[in-house]
Amino acid sequence: MTATETSFTELPHGYRLVVGLEVHVELHTATKLFCGCPNQFGDDPNTNVCPVCLGLPGSMPVLNAQAMELAMRLGRALHCEVRPSVFARKNYFYPDMPKDYQVSQYDQPTNVDGHLDLPDGTRIGIERAHIEEDTGKSTHVGGANSSSKGRIHDAAYSLVDYNRCGVPLVEIVSRPDFRTAEQAKAYVNELRAILVATGVSDAKMEEGSLRVDANVSVHQPDTPFGTRCEIKNINSVRSLGRAIEYEALRQVDLLEAGERVIQQTRHWNEDEGRTHMLRSKEEAEDYRYFPEPDLVPMVPDPARIEAIDAALPRLPAERRAALAEAAGRTLPDESVTIVVDRGLDELALDAVAAGADADRTLTHLQHDLDPGHAANVPAAHLAQLVELETSGALTASQAKQVVAEMGETGKAPEAIAAERGFEAMDTSELEGIVDEAIAANGGAWEKYCAGEQKAQGAIVGHVMKATRGQADGKLVSQLLEQRRSA
Amino acid sequence: MTAPISRDDVAHVARLARLTLTDEELDTFTGQLASILDHAADVEALDLDDVAPTSHPYPLENVVRPDEVRPCLDRDEVLAEAPSAEDGMFRVPPVLGEAP
Repeated sequence: MTATETSFTELPHGYRLVVGLEVHVELHTATKLFCGCPNQFGDDPNTNVCPVCLGLPGSMPVLNAQAMELAMRLGRALHCEVRPSVFARKNYFYPDMPKDYQVSQYDQPTNVDGHLDLPDGTRIGIERAHIEEDTGKSTHVGGANSSSKGRIHDAAYSLVDYNRCGVPLVEIVSRPDFRTAEQAKAYVNELRAILVATGVSDAKMEEGSLRVDANVSVHQPDTPFGTRCEIKNINSVRSLGRAIEYEALRQVDLLEAGERVIQQTRHWNEDEGRTHMLRSKEEAEDYRYFPEPDLVPMVPDPARIEAIDAALPRLPAERRAALAEAAGRTLPDESVTIVVDRGLDELALDAVAAGADADRTLTHLQHDLDPGHAANVPAAHLAQLVELETSGALTASQAKQVVAEMGETGKAPEAIAAERGFEAMDTSELEGIVDEAIAANGGAWEKYCAGEQKAQGAIVGHVMKATRGQADGKLVSQLLEQRRSA
Repeated sequence: MTAPISRDDVAHVARLARLTLTDEELDTFTGQLASILDHAADVEALDLDDVAPTSHPYPLENVVRPDEVRPCLDRDEVLAEAPSAEDGMFRVPPVLGEAP
């Protein structure tokens, strides 16, 4: 069995897929969760460390106010109830956790019972979103075979960097509400958009500031959920889809062969396109959680939560709906989604409100305007540009160039069109050029007259070359049609 | 009344804590832990319906610090205290399996 690129909507033999996701996000703070070391990716190893994050005896943690604020903001953006919370120690031995316990939240997490709506309308339940500290980073160095650097199995020793140790995280635990890999991918994309819009995290999967683990199981309809496996080491949204589909097919194959799925943690190998076992979970994990005695309970002030709600930016789902409505669509389509992703939806709304044609406005904002240049383009200028295009004063390709330059220079569209010599071409002048083009392409003209529509390409190309691309392609086609039927 | 904790329980907890106990120590700690649990059972027998669970003894909540960077330790000094270091990192024995 090999993993394929193509995704499926149904599993073989009538099985159904059930997936839940655990997403860890690093909070966008200046400092770590319990100490004043910088929360900074990419610095030299072990330069952002202190007695607290190194777990030295006698050091005491103090909670970062901003981390708490961002965690509550994320909770509210996910429609969670923000509750009184208590930190707990999760005890285990692993060299990337120098205290030999991780401070997390256990039975009293900050955020519970929320949801996230996917662009297609599916509602995914959020069980909890709790605060915890990140671990350090281990590099495994191979023994006999030096090319095995980075692999955990035949490691001779490991090197540990504690810069990431103690960085604030929120772990967002979904309910097992996903029924396809595509839904899981859409959820991560949507969550990422929310994290960025709220300023909670930069949410970069490639830098590890957003990490996804997937709990995957399969079952037959009208039977209880199957035994699940947890998939780790998923490094991109694309890998998430591949890993879920590979794992689901693996479980179906096992069950169809009369075997059973064993609850375990599995590692996704991107190069091989498969998962393999890390460890069995048959023996229940025993972390001996207990309340962290060095940190006191957090009790959110209702007024603070109201202030967070009031300050929440409009979230992508709401922005997509508003833009779709303004553009006369019943549901957000791809152009609406992209314009919102590019952060240009306010500009689109204002231009459409000023009378601009919605389709052309969205096309330009989807393709032609650099989002970094948006501040140079008042909605009035964009509306004028679209008006020049719809009135025929500018061709589509001229309008495209003008939009790009509006972004670069902040000039008004008429001024740019005039500078570039994009005057609307006089029709009589164009007619002369069309006649020349017909004369120069006699063969193509005969075929075109015989009904071979695509033969006009050579003639139109000639006109475009002669006018340096300034002729209106639609008008040229009309003139050819007139001459053919004359 | 059954024993509040078995010798096997104590051996399990000791293994989780990476403690190596002799047979005699196992007997000793099983007895000591049992008497602590007996005491907890005495408290549990009280009617405490009106008492909120208490995770912390202090009348304190919402203790936070501002999100401001403070000086870190010097790496050379830190690594000088480590049993082994390499390339600016702590060198540790190979680990079997990944972190939980």
